[in-house]
Amino acid sequence: MSAKSLKLSANISFDGHDIEFDEVISLSGITALFGPSGSGKSTLLRVIAGLEKGGDVEVTYNGDVWASTVKGIFLPPHKRPVGMVFQDDRLFPHLTVAGNLTYANKRSPAVDNPITLDQVISALDLSALLDKRPLTLSGGEKQRVALGRTLLTQPKLLLLDEPMSALDIRRKAELLPFLEKVPSQFDLPAIFVSHAIDEVARLADEVILLSPIGHVSTRGPIPEIFDTEEMHDFTGRFEAGTFLEVMVTGQNHEFQITSLDFEGETLRMPMVTSLDIGDRIRLRIRARDVAIGTRYPEGISIRNAIAGTISEIKPEPKAAFAEVILKVGNQSLRARITRQAVSELGLKTGQPAFALIKSVSFDRRVMISALD
Amino acid sequence: MADLSPLWLTMQLAGTTTFFLLLLGTPLAWWLATTKSRVRPVVEALTALPIVLPPTVIGFYFLILLSPTSPIGRFWVETTGETLTFSFTGLVIASMFYSLPFMVQPLQSAFQAIGRAPLEAAATLRASPLDAFFTVAAPLAGRGFLTATVLSFAHTIGEFGVVLMVGGNIPGKTKVISIAIYEHVETLRYTEAHQLAGGLLAFSFIVLLAVYALNRRIPVHVG
Repeated sequence: MSAKSLKLSANISFDGHDIEFDEVISLSGITALFGPSGSGKSTLLRVIAGLEKGGDVEVTYNGDVWASTVKGIFLPPHKRPVGMVFQDDRLFPHLTVAGNLTYANKRSPAVDNPITLDQVISALDLSALLDKRPLTLSGGEKQRVALGRTLLTQPKLLLLDEPMSALDIRRKAELLPFLEKVPSQFDLPAIFVSHAIDEVARLADEVILLSPIGHVSTRGPIPEIFDTEEMHDFTGRFEAGTFLEVMVTGQNHEFQITSLDFEGETLRMPMVTSLDIGDRIRLRIRARDVAIGTRYPEGISIRNAIAGTISEIKPEPKAAFAEVILKVGNQSLRARITRQAVSELGLKTGQPAFALIKSVSFDRRVMISALD
Repeated sequence: MADLSPLWLTMQLAGTTTFFLLLLGTPLAWWLATTKSRVRPVVEALTALPIVLPPTVIGFYFLILLSPTSPIGRFWVETTGETLTFSFTGLVIASMFYSLPFMVQPLQSAFQAIGRAPLEAAATLRASPLDAFFTVAAPLAGRGFLTATVLSFAHTIGEFGVVLMVGGNIPGKTKVISIAIYEHVETLRYTEAHQLAGGLLAFSFIVLLAVYALNRRIPVHVG
């Protein structure tokens, strides 16, 4: 079977500017539409779902034309096989949770191997909520029901419109694992809209970055995309960092430490009990959490000192800082240190150096288990 | 004892009018709540006219519009053999216009309060627009429907001027309770007037009380 794709062209005026979008989105894994508020990313999702009618658009799903202004085609939203989760849950308040799920189930088209009510209830842990009214649920519970409800429409594509933006950090942490596992568990491609870098880093396989005026500024797979200038322009240097692919090599229960293999070097982080030895995971390390040493440090609390070679030094114009890129095997680390430190240590391209990473700087939230 | 047929006729008129107003007013209110058309204010103003116009003005124009000399009145006479003026059907038509704002305005506000969001959600759950209307919008607008129905019914019971102009005072056909009471008072038969007026007062109060009590006991889940 050939790879499925969605072609989306849109030329719509939105919020005082014109969104111009013309991309083919591969329908495998999770694609993030990432950009600042007001860039029109939610509008693009609504165009795919058929909820926006204005402008000049073309939506083609695997060769099926869902909308084409030029050809005068518009498939109404209820005939498009997409499942949408909105920013606000949009559960029907006059129905119970079970009623909301059945609403979708009753209207779903006949498909081979349909997603069943039982599967949804168990995958999203909804059994305790079935008799409740939506108004009595927490924000995270509501979104779980909304996600389950949309799965029962037997969608071929999931559209997630900032499903976590209305939640506080704790609720977000509760919902995230569900959003993470559902697309792969039900073998559904998803397009995910967000303006939060940690959500994108954790969930997405590919990122399409939108500029503030709704143009595509860059796109690419994670982690490569996070190394691009465009991404740094958006996230700011403070958030800049790199992704490392590492393998779990040990779990030390006494010290509660997980050891990781990174290009032959050992990294240690506070133990994550859900990991197994041999798991390949992705870590994000912010440049500001990395220091540089010219010698292997001794008498220091930092446990992670990785040997590498300086491949690039980028001073930030009119700022105190410089970014040092340290090549370690086939991967790189970024360190954001002062220009004064670069000068006084005499750092040069090609020189061996050590990256000092504080254990606590590993960002658990952006850790993806089981890349393979 | 007063003749109770005006009471029965009034109930029939209010019931029939409310029923047809529900059929006509619901799509109209939906359209007003959702349209972006520029003629919306015009339609809204037309719908609200009966609130400000004296009933005699409405009655007068309906008398002309429905009379056998007008195209509508003539068509009705030719097809049914009866006139629209001074008939129950004519009363229903005039009453529908007279009570239209009381049906449309509560429904329009209720639909507007629901907004697009739940209906978009319904659409993504494969519900056609009509399906979504009956399974999502209508239940969510339950309170609006209740208010609109009660107000239309009550307002039709209370009408006098329009009925008098269009229907006259034909016993069993167009002589509704308000006109019967007026006639009793005119002829100084206060006992009968009391019976009808008191009965109407009690009935109206009981209906409204029942509706409000029900509305409180079974709150409609909105929002």
